[in-house]
Amino acid sequence: MDKIEKNLLKEIADIEKTPMGAYNIRENGKGIARNTTANIDIVTKTDKPGIDIIIKPNTKNESVHIPVILTQGGLNDLVYNDFYIGENADVVIVAGCGIHNSTCDTAEHDGIHTFHLAKGAKIKYIEKHYGEGEGTGDRILNPQTIINLEENATMEMESVQIKGVTSTVRETFANMKKGSSLVISERIMTTGKQTAKTIFDVNLDGEDSSVHVASRSVAEDDSVQEFISNVKGNTKCFGHVECDAIIMGNGRVISDPKIEANDVEASLIHEAAIGKIAGEQLIKLMTLGLTEKEAEEQIINGFLK
Amino acid sequence: MLELQDICFSRDNKHILKNVNLRIDNDKMVVITGPNGSGKSTLAKIIMGIENPDSGKIIFNGKDITNLSITERAKMGIGFAFQQPVRFKGLTVKDLIEISAGNSIKVCDACDVLADVGLCAQEYLNREVNSGLSGGELKRIEIAMLAAKKSKLTIFDEPEAGIDLWSFNNLISVFEKMHDDIKGSIIIISHQERILNIADELVLIKNGKVEKHGSREEVLPEIMGKVKPCHKLTGKQDCNEGGAE
Repeated sequence: MDKIEKNLLKEIADIEKTPMGAYNIRENGKGIARNTTANIDIVTKTDKPGIDIIIKPNTKNESVHIPVILTQGGLNDLVYNDFYIGENADVVIVAGCGIHNSTCDTAEHDGIHTFHLAKGAKIKYIEKHYGEGEGTGDRILNPQTIINLEENATMEMESVQIKGVTSTVRETFANMKKGSSLVISERIMTTGKQTAKTIFDVNLDGEDSSVHVASRSVAEDDSVQEFISNVKGNTKCFGHVECDAIIMGNGRVISDPKIEANDVEASLIHEAAIGKIAGEQLIKLMTLGLTEKEAEEQIINGFLK
Repeated sequence: MLELQDICFSRDNKHILKNVNLRIDNDKMVVITGPNGSGKSTLAKIIMGIENPDSGKIIFNGKDITNLSITERAKMGIGFAFQQPVRFKGLTVKDLIEISAGNSIKVCDACDVLADVGLCAQEYLNREVNSGLSGGELKRIEIAMLAAKKSKLTIFDEPEAGIDLWSFNNLISVFEKMHDDIKGSIIIISHQERILNIADELVLIKNGKVEKHGSREEVLPEIMGKVKPCHKLTGKQDCNEGGAE
C-alpha cells in the first residue's frame, strides 16, 4: 500500500496497520484484503457487488472493519454490504470510505449497507467519509443504510463526514420492533461549493422502541446542506430528533424535521437550531487568550467532536 | 497595577460612564458596588476590552492598553468571569479549563480547581458546557476557569447572581484562596454585604461616576449607612436606596 492509501485508511477507519479481528478492505472496486474469525464470516456476493458479513449469535468483544478506498478518477463504485448479526451478539463495525481524486473525472462510491439485527443483538456502527486530492474531479459519496432491528436489538450509529466530499446524499431507513433502540449521531462539515443532504426515515413499529437522532453540521463558504427526517411513532414508543447547524460565510442549511404520531402512546420530539457562532461564545474564548480565529476553530471542533 | 484615566462611555445618547478615574494596586481585592444601572458592568467590560470607551485611557502594568484587543489583554494577564456564563455545545468542562490554563494544565490540577468550587471532577470534567447544566453549575465552572487561568487581574461580574446557597457560602473562600494562591488583584462587582466584607478596598459607583473609593474600613460604614435596612417583616416599606437614616 502506498502513502495515499495508508492515509485514507487512517482517516476513515483509524487503521495504521492490519486491523484486529475480521476485516475486508476494498480498493477501486475490488477486495484487496480479508480476514475472518471463528465467529465472523465474510462472504463475497455472487449476484451483485458486495459482501455478506455474518456474525454468530452471542459473539462478544469482536470487531469488523470494512473500509473502502478510491484512488482512481472516473470510477463509480456501487457496493451492497449486508450484515447479519446473530442473537445477543455485541460487536463493533467500522466502515467508511475515503476518496483521493487527483484527476478531473468524478470518483463516486455508493455503499448500500443493510443491517439485520436478531433479538437482543447489539452493535456500534462507525462510518466515516472523507475526500482529498488535488484533481478538479468531483468526490461523491452516496451511502444508504437500511436498519432492521428485531426485539430488544440495539444499534448505535456514528456517521461522520470529515471533509473533502463534493456532494453527498446520505439516506438511513430504520424499521424497529418491540423494545429495540437506535441512537444515531451524525457530524457533517461542508466547505467551498459542497452539498450534503441527509435523510432519516424511521418507523417505530414495536412497543417501547426508541430512536434518538442527533445531527450536528457546519456549512462554510458557499456550501449547502439539507436535513430531512421523518420519525413515525406507530405504537407506544419514544423518538427524539435533534438537528443543530452552524452556518458561516454564505453557507446555507435547510432543516426539515418531521414527526408523525400514529398512536396516542407515541412520544415524539424534534428540535432544530441553525445559526452562526454566537458572538458571546467568541468573546468568552477570547477573554481566555484565544484569537477570534482560534476561538472559531475551537467552537467548530468541539461542536463536531 | 491598573489605572483608568477619565473614562467616558455613552450609548443611545445616555452617558453611562462619566470621567471615571480609578487606580487598582497590585495584590488587592477590590469590590465595586453601586445601584443597578450605575455602570459597574460596563466598566468591567471596558477593562477587559469587550467594550471600548469613547474617551480616556486604560493603563495596565505601565502599558497603555486602551486600543488593545480582548485577546491581547487576556494574554497580558487580565481575566473576566461573565455575569451570565456562556454555553457551548460540544466543548467540555475539561476543554474550557485547558483553554483557560493555556492548554498546559494537568488533569489533577483541573480536578483541584473544580473541587474548589464544589464540583466533583469525575462527574463534570467530560460534561459538555451546554443547556444540560444548571445556572449554578455554569457559574461554578466559570469561576473554576478563572482559577485555572491565574491572571494578574481577575474581574468577576456579579459572581453571586444565580448561584445557589451552597455555592455562595463557598464563594467567599474561593476568592480568598485565589487571592492567596495567585497573588494578583481581584475586582469583584457585587451587591452582597458578605462579599463587601472581604474586600481590601471598596469602590462605590453611582450614576456613572466613582463616588467613593477607599479602604473597606473607611467606605463600608458609609455605604451601609446610605442604605436603609429592609423591614418587610415589620410592615415598614422603607427599602429605598440613597436616603439618609
